[in-house]
Amino acid sequence: MYKNFLKIITFLSILVSPFLFTSAYAKTKVGFVYLTTPGDHGWTYAHELGKQMVKKEFGNDVEISIVENVPEGPDATRVIRELAKQGNQIIFTTSFGYMEPTLKVAKEFPNVRFEHMTGYKRTKNVATGNIRFYEGRYVQGVVAGLMTKTNKIGYIGAYPISEVIMGINAFAQGLRSVNKKATISVIWANTWYDPVKEADAAKVHIAEGADILAQHTDSPAMLQIAEKNGALGFGQSTDMGAFAPKAQLFASVNNWGPYYIKKIKQLKDGKWNTGDGPDHWAGNTWGGLSTNMLTLSNFSNMPNDVAKKAQAAHDGIKSGKLKIFAGPLKTNDGKEIIGAGKTLDDGALWGMNYYLEGVTGKVPK
Amino acid sequence: MENLLITILLTSIPILLAGLGELVTEKSGVLNLGVEGMMLCGAVAALGSVLIFGNPYIGILFGAVAGILISTVFSFFTITLMTNQVATGLGLTIFATALTGLIGEPFVGKTAASLPKLEIIFLSDIPYLGKILFSNDILVYFAIFLIFFIHFGFQNTKLGIIIRAVGDNHDSAHSIGYSVKLVRWISTSFGGMCAGMGGAYIPLALTPHWSEGMTAGKGWIALALVVFASWMPIRLLIGALIFGGITILQFVAQARGWDVPSQFLNMLPYLATILALALISFKLKHNNYAPACLGKHFLGNK
Repeated sequence: MYKNFLKIITFLSILVSPFLFTSAYAKTKVGFVYLTTPGDHGWTYAHELGKQMVKKEFGNDVEISIVENVPEGPDATRVIRELAKQGNQIIFTTSFGYMEPTLKVAKEFPNVRFEHMTGYKRTKNVATGNIRFYEGRYVQGVVAGLMTKTNKIGYIGAYPISEVIMGINAFAQGLRSVNKKATISVIWANTWYDPVKEADAAKVHIAEGADILAQHTDSPAMLQIAEKNGALGFGQSTDMGAFAPKAQLFASVNNWGPYYIKKIKQLKDGKWNTGDGPDHWAGNTWGGLSTNMLTLSNFSNMPNDVAKKAQAAHDGIKSGKLKIFAGPLKTNDGKEIIGAGKTLDDGALWGMNYYLEGVTGKVPK
Repeated sequence: MENLLITILLTSIPILLAGLGELVTEKSGVLNLGVEGMMLCGAVAALGSVLIFGNPYIGILFGAVAGILISTVFSFFTITLMTNQVATGLGLTIFATALTGLIGEPFVGKTAASLPKLEIIFLSDIPYLGKILFSNDILVYFAIFLIFFIHFGFQNTKLGIIIRAVGDNHDSAHSIGYSVKLVRWISTSFGGMCAGMGGAYIPLALTPHWSEGMTAGKGWIALALVVFASWMPIRLLIGALIFGGITILQFVAQARGWDVPSQFLNMLPYLATILALALISFKLKHNNYAPACLGKHFLGNK
């Protein structure tokens, strides 16, 4: 009996210990959920760099837990719940597919704060963070239009969701601003990360005559295929120049650190919030070139005058003078979206289910 | 067009190599469903060794050895301990998927050197054909050599005929003094070696990366191909090219803007596998291509 009693006490104290810990120290416990192992490139690595900035900023004032390689779906729910149970006060879930799992766990833990990238649904304790990736893609389009000789651009998309489609359309706007003859053909990989598929798609694009490749998937496989075949392309999420020194024109670089730091500071000061406004498309953080959440790596493998024009497009977007989706805008089958003098608002971007002029084919239904 | 044909040929090499190995294994009467797992072992060993030693040819060697080692586990269980071949093969794949995920973890995001192209003098200058057939890496030539080697071996060499005898009637083979178990061990190891090399080909030539489960069902397709080819190496080549073609076709269709859902196209290689198996099993009732002792235990003690 006495033995059993001891066992029960030990068991209870193990159960309670995480809570004791959180109250004993003023440390903020921060959790991160990663889609893949960070490696040294791409989407998750960009988050990893952000996490390192958090560590640098707060030092011992934060205690960071990371779970890597978490598949989108039921497994994610389990992992996020586990992080919440361990007493993390704020949890960053860093992939689009974690949206429903994050919302589900957030309901169970109303006192834990969740930051979901890059979804659009928010609740009292779920905020969203996103980057205006499409701004970088406009500049990519400008460079592609000036550099292409075959006037064929090969684009590899992950999934036909509005975030990817607005990137393709922004690319097309940039392309057509300098070259009306060039067209974009899109291959959907139906995955965010699969080096084999991405390489196959890149090979097919090149075989079909494309000489500039762009991607909205995560591995450097596309750039490496471009390098082997004498084509050019753009890096994704982080600078991928090391993988393809002769093929990368530049990369759009995601810079999550400042946003993480801001949100953790808000939490420490008791001012954390999910922003104003309803639960809709914009989220409370959607930064681009102007807030340095998106930056461009060095322009390379292009003549000076092309680099200058790219820089001009970059500066124009950054200052707000250049509107990417300014009318008149037409879909690629001739339907008018908006007339001259108007500009698409953020809500319209999240409703994109069509290709603009310059893209061939149809958006998969 | 030329480039597309090369891409199709290269895409079919992993399934061709793995299929050839499995063909020999099955000819000796052993059904090894672990092809997918053995390919993954080959892939991770190849990539890891290239990262360490920097030479892609070492990768082929390590891929082959890894395939042999993991197939030895299978041989030990099914041939020596006489466990169920289907269950053991499935178990092998599940085990290897997890094992390679663990081993491959530090390789994620690293890039390895690729196999260089070896142009055969004169032949590679033939218009069109030269570039497609005679300007490839060593494993392409090896795979094509292997087709004829196995075909010839089964028809004309003593070893080939012994393997067939063991696969078709192990009791007779045993009664005239051949060691059924030894022959099956060797054939299964050969299958493991080929599957390992097929897996190795993916990071060594197709994309210089490791990602978990990167064979993505190619092992299963190779298994189906063996049946599809009715255990004939030359038919296996045709089948592998068809599957390679379908895999590439799904991307071509999108690039050219054909109005077909991409999810449907993604499904095509597997759909084709099922169709092939259904057709073949229908046809099988009327012929005797399959080794008669396929999947059966040999209960003798040698």
